[in-house]
Amino acid sequence: MSSSTLDYSLAGLSQSEFDLICEKLCREPNLLELAMFGVMWSEHCSYKNSRALLKTLPTGGNAILQGPGENAGIVDIGEGLAVVMKVESHNHPSAVEPYQGAATGVGGIIRDIFTMGARPIALLNSLRFGELDKSRTRYLFENVVKGIGDYGNCMGIPTVAGEIYFDDHYAGNPLVNAMCVGIMRHEEVKYARAKGVGNPVMLVGATTGRDGMGGAAFASVELTEQSLERKSAVQVGDPFMEKLLLEACIELFKTDAVIAIQDLGAAGLTSSCCEMASRGRSGIKIELSCVPRREEAMTPVEIMLSESQERMLVVVKRGREKEVGSIFEKWGLSGTVIGEVTDDGLFTVLERGKVVASLPARLLADDAPVYTRESTRPAYLESVGLFDLHEREDMNIKETLIALLARPTIAGKEWVYSQYDHMVRTSTVTVPGSDSAVLRIRGTDRAIALTIDGNGSYCYLDPFRGAAIAVAEAARNLVCSGARPLAITDGLNFGNPEKREIYWQFKETIAGLAAACNVLGTPVISGNVSFYNETETGAIFPTPIVGMVGVIEDISKVTESFFINEGDAILLLGENTHELGGSEYLRMLTGKTIGECPAIDLEREKKVQRLCLEAIERRLLNSAHDCSEGGLAVALSECCFGKGLGAKIELNDTLPIDALLFGEAQSRIVVSLDESKLGSLLGLAGEFGVPVQVLGRVDRSELKIDVCGREVLSVPVGELEARWKGAIECAMRS
Amino acid sequence: MKATVYVTLKNGIADPQGLAVRNALDSMGFDGVKRVRIGKIIEIELEDGCLDETKVEEMCRSLLANTVMEDFTFEMSGEKR
Repeated sequence: MSSSTLDYSLAGLSQSEFDLICEKLCREPNLLELAMFGVMWSEHCSYKNSRALLKTLPTGGNAILQGPGENAGIVDIGEGLAVVMKVESHNHPSAVEPYQGAATGVGGIIRDIFTMGARPIALLNSLRFGELDKSRTRYLFENVVKGIGDYGNCMGIPTVAGEIYFDDHYAGNPLVNAMCVGIMRHEEVKYARAKGVGNPVMLVGATTGRDGMGGAAFASVELTEQSLERKSAVQVGDPFMEKLLLEACIELFKTDAVIAIQDLGAAGLTSSCCEMASRGRSGIKIELSCVPRREEAMTPVEIMLSESQERMLVVVKRGREKEVGSIFEKWGLSGTVIGEVTDDGLFTVLERGKVVASLPARLLADDAPVYTRESTRPAYLESVGLFDLHEREDMNIKETLIALLARPTIAGKEWVYSQYDHMVRTSTVTVPGSDSAVLRIRGTDRAIALTIDGNGSYCYLDPFRGAAIAVAEAARNLVCSGARPLAITDGLNFGNPEKREIYWQFKETIAGLAAACNVLGTPVISGNVSFYNETETGAIFPTPIVGMVGVIEDISKVTESFFINEGDAILLLGENTHELGGSEYLRMLTGKTIGECPAIDLEREKKVQRLCLEAIERRLLNSAHDCSEGGLAVALSECCFGKGLGAKIELNDTLPIDALLFGEAQSRIVVSLDESKLGSLLGLAGEFGVPVQVLGRVDRSELKIDVCGREVLSVPVGELEARWKGAIECAMRS
Repeated sequence: MKATVYVTLKNGIADPQGLAVRNALDSMGFDGVKRVRIGKIIEIELEDGCLDETKVEEMCRSLLANTVMEDFTFEMSGEKR
């Protein structure tokens, strides 16, 4: 075949990969087979650049029922119940078509959850955009939020929490990471392992069209002007169809007719068939003429690579097709038998009886080459840690605080979450705005707490620390609600891993995640890697996103982040430091991400969290709020916002005032409690070996801060809150 | 002057709205409907002599059609209202 040189590069494969395929097959693949290898061995499906390092993450534990490798991870939450969760990126599609890109990202992650046998009960998201002063960014932001909201709202699944950062490193390549959480009883788990020779393979849901052709390969290259023109990659979501699919599948699971089930995501029929066969150590044979299509004259390549949304592949017990078919019919869907399970280990594709592709399922699904790349510490790190601030002492604290509160990254996100239905299904106990979302688990006294966190700026300055902080902060957020952290799902967003500096960032990030997960006892149960987040102007900040679930055994102990009683004592668990590096305050002043990433002492972090959790357990606290972006002053302001109270604070630290108020030192929690419980808390802090200090008292409507006897701030909370609340809406109207 | 702009989904882009309408027609007893695709018509009244076809095309590209997913055509007519 003289044209094969051209063929494999078009399929996105390298010469050595092509040679390996020929060697394993003992022949050259045909064009269809080459296209199938192209998508399955793309970074997006094969994780060829990340697999070696991902193996170093802790993934097991007593509560872990299913780690990475299935469609989603599963963790035990007690009383025979389990939480299923996963985060997934949809960055490239959202850069091209923000509304549909974000919507189909949500649709995809929901399918991953109910595929496991669980009912999806909550959605979260983590977003990154450029600064809002550009109209393109506002267009992307507005439509991504709308796409997320519309899909979740139509499905009747509440979007309960999220996080957003704005920085121009994401201007051309926004990040859209969607997370879904489901619940089920342990015994209800379903696996995607095709078994039992002769069992029929059914395709259910939407018809197959040319939309999203080769999206997996598309997500594995850098974004260029040319790729923005690659219009065929746009998939359109249909949440109503997905709702029918969800309900039909849940009803189907109540029968024992299902052997295996998997959704069709990236690489469509190709990936779902070969992965199910590979996991089941079996084979699958399908007949293309049986696949219901939406368009005329589709070629085998187009059918096999189509990424049409809202489709599922189900292996059912032979003889039960009618029963399964009637359940789908009830929900207005058609399930079509397109093939059967075999025992030859092959994924065979027929077109009107003629074999058009026949490949070892395992080779296609799991045996892509694994690369460990060369890594080099990026040169920018030599200079980025240094900064010199002038006129720090005579700055106006009030103006600085107000400006900081109005930074879109810190400002209230009501403009965003008011577009999401966060109450549907009425299990949401703590609504967006607190440190984590809390959902009641019906039929028990339990609740789960959910959060999603990540700080790309920290990771840019020090990926190891930044990644460890992402885990620590997620856990801290859960602990502030009174939840015991259980497990994480990680969304890893990076530039081109073939570049040494990017691979170094990735390597350090994985090491940081592993270190924090080990100390804090939260294994990784699922996740997603998105590479090639680059444009002509450079790579994004290395951005690991951590989605975390925790359990609250007694729902009456759920704690919120807001002060609730005038007169309560306000305490800081942890310690203020001189650190300013990587802070939003520095970025505001200099326009740059500079300084040294805040230090993280994981053992200290663990102690602070244990103290907070134990204090909530003993009902000592009335509120708990983690101190993060914007530092202590922003954290105190946020504590005041919820209930319209104020605070009178007296600080005696002899630190530079900006570091004290706006520095982002880690392992700090602001709590409030009744005066009468102060002794107990101080005693407990002594037992845990955690430094604490009394900051002041919850007051009426003003935030007053004295430092070493000098008043530095006195401002009505209403004034702060108005700027904080209105900032994003204001930016979007300009 | 009047410009009439027709915006339609590109071939191959799924149309859930069109599908819902097709299914509704089917369930109402209108047999034989194979496919429904939904687009929109935009009528723009222009001041005489101010805007030409190039400008209308620019309007379509930058606002009226989402060219990532949609095609557009338009016609100009001289009738005054």
